[in-house]
Amino acid sequence: MRYGALLILLSGLVALLFCASLLIGPAALGFGESVQALLSGKGEAAVLVMREIRLPRALLGVMLGASLGLSGAAMQGYLRNPLAEPGLIGVSSSAALGAVLALQTGLAAAFALALPLMALAGAVISVLLLLMLAGPRGSSLTLILAGIAVSAFAGALTSLVLNLSPNPYAAAEIVFWMLGSLSDRSFTHVWLALPFMAAGAALLATLARGLDALTLGEDAAQALGISLSRLRLVLVAGVAASIGAGVAVAGAVGFIGLVVPHLLRPLVGARPGRLLAASALGGAAMLLAADIAVRLITPDRDLKLGVLTALVGAPLFLHLIYKTRREGL
Amino acid sequence: MSACARTSKRIPVLIAALSILLGAALPASAAPKRVVSLNVCTDQLAMMLAEPGQLVSVSFLARDPRSSAMADQAQAYPVNHGLAEEVFELQPDLVLAGTYSSRGAVMMLRRLGIEVIEFPPENGLDGVRRNLTRMGQALGQETRAAALLTAFETDLAALRADPPRRPRVALYGPNGYTTGDDTLAGAILATAGFDNIAAEAGLPGGGTLPLEQLVMLQPDLIITGTRYEGSSRAEALLDHPALTDLAAMPRVRATGGAWVCGTPHLLDAVREMVDLRREMETGQ
Repeated sequence: MRYGALLILLSGLVALLFCASLLIGPAALGFGESVQALLSGKGEAAVLVMREIRLPRALLGVMLGASLGLSGAAMQGYLRNPLAEPGLIGVSSSAALGAVLALQTGLAAAFALALPLMALAGAVISVLLLLMLAGPRGSSLTLILAGIAVSAFAGALTSLVLNLSPNPYAAAEIVFWMLGSLSDRSFTHVWLALPFMAAGAALLATLARGLDALTLGEDAAQALGISLSRLRLVLVAGVAASIGAGVAVAGAVGFIGLVVPHLLRPLVGARPGRLLAASALGGAAMLLAADIAVRLITPDRDLKLGVLTALVGAPLFLHLIYKTRREGL
Repeated sequence: MSACARTSKRIPVLIAALSILLGAALPASAAPKRVVSLNVCTDQLAMMLAEPGQLVSVSFLARDPRSSAMADQAQAYPVNHGLAEEVFELQPDLVLAGTYSSRGAVMMLRRLGIEVIEFPPENGLDGVRRNLTRMGQALGQETRAAALLTAFETDLAALRADPPRRPRVALYGPNGYTTGDDTLAGAILATAGFDNIAAEAGLPGGGTLPLEQLVMLQPDLIITGTRYEGSSRAEALLDHPALTDLAAMPRVRATGGAWVCGTPHLLDAVREMVDLRREMETGQ
């Protein structure tokens, strides 16, 4: 398939799922009523539901999914390893730790931007730690082992902080931070995450050429004028901004960054540079689909997004490990 | 087997006979001397009815105004955390507990030979009457209990209202949990002249009410729980712009300790709600 056609197709899919997301919810609104409420009118209950509850949820779905798909594709391109995914290697759980600290210390209440900033700081620390542990060309084994360790440690600290919280509801929310959910998010969260996600996406988009060059090997890439240290810096900043902001508002949704690049890689001729834009769109589509499924399966409870993405992603992960082993990487 | 059953059937008869004999010989044993309470609701009933020195400890929750209507009075009592060991150390001759609280401790204390009386959580005004009478008997303070009961009935009769137009209220707590009619909070609202929208939402017994549905039902008033320190998504829901920012939405009030237990203090909540309803009526 031609690259342009693929991007158009994926954009169409995202647009379709975005509209579906707007039309699904516990308040039984008709199609005409929903559209009318969304586009015009003020003060009525239906307008409130469409503009203040469903629209921010659908927008966050697109933003979060795109960030996850893009970050996964960028990390896999840089490490030349199909197992690199923000959730699996502990970046998301570290961002969650930062976010939980911001919320429970009261920092986020005093200064709203502290929430995404602390999550971003958590993500930066974990990415740097992983790159240090796994090396520039992370072998699968060290990368996954380092990821497990970082993930377990950040997860344990998150649980500890939430258990120590004076708030009786906080401990029950460990599951939110580990699996993620978009329920009852508002425009406050959209505006909080948007600048960071946009900056992250802009940074990661500049990596396309470098990542393509890197497929020829590090020496060849340097010969082509790619600065590897700059590439790494941009990658760390881009991934941390995207994942940090996403986790801060919606928790850690796993496996999207793994599944989407894997599915799309053959369709872009295995070029990591092209995979970036395609994965962003594919990630948005997958997250929207998961968020719609969550609402259809259990309309009256908050089933976590990570449950669905893991049900799809974990078998694929096992398949990738098996394939990696067979290839003797 | 059958011999065992027959013996065990006779035991209560024997105990009853013995206690009548002992009761006649030692009249003072009717009232327990060292009472420990493990539950925030029995705490308050006991504080209201016990004579000075009779109640030796209340639960730590009794001092928390979010769950206790007598947080100030509870400052005068040492607190426990419902652990069998700390309670046993206090050498009580009677322990008061809720039927769902501190199960492990209650079983352990019974095995150690301490009498434990359990009070079920109440879901209506009748529960208040039942609780007062039962606590009076447990503490040997029947006269005080009867006096409090009379006062309760008088106050209740004065407050009970059936206005021509009953405002529709949503009890909306953390995680979007709404409380049904068949609860203490439901009874408080009904007595104060409000209708609970839980039934309209198809949740007469209470349950999770999605924010969208709450918005569509457009209640006249939203009542939320009191906030705790720290932060949680469960409570952050109550700050959602769809609830707070919009002029179309009514004012939001928080509940306190008076809403939690089936004691006469529940009338404070009824009074507060009656005042609020009058305020709403004059505002319109």
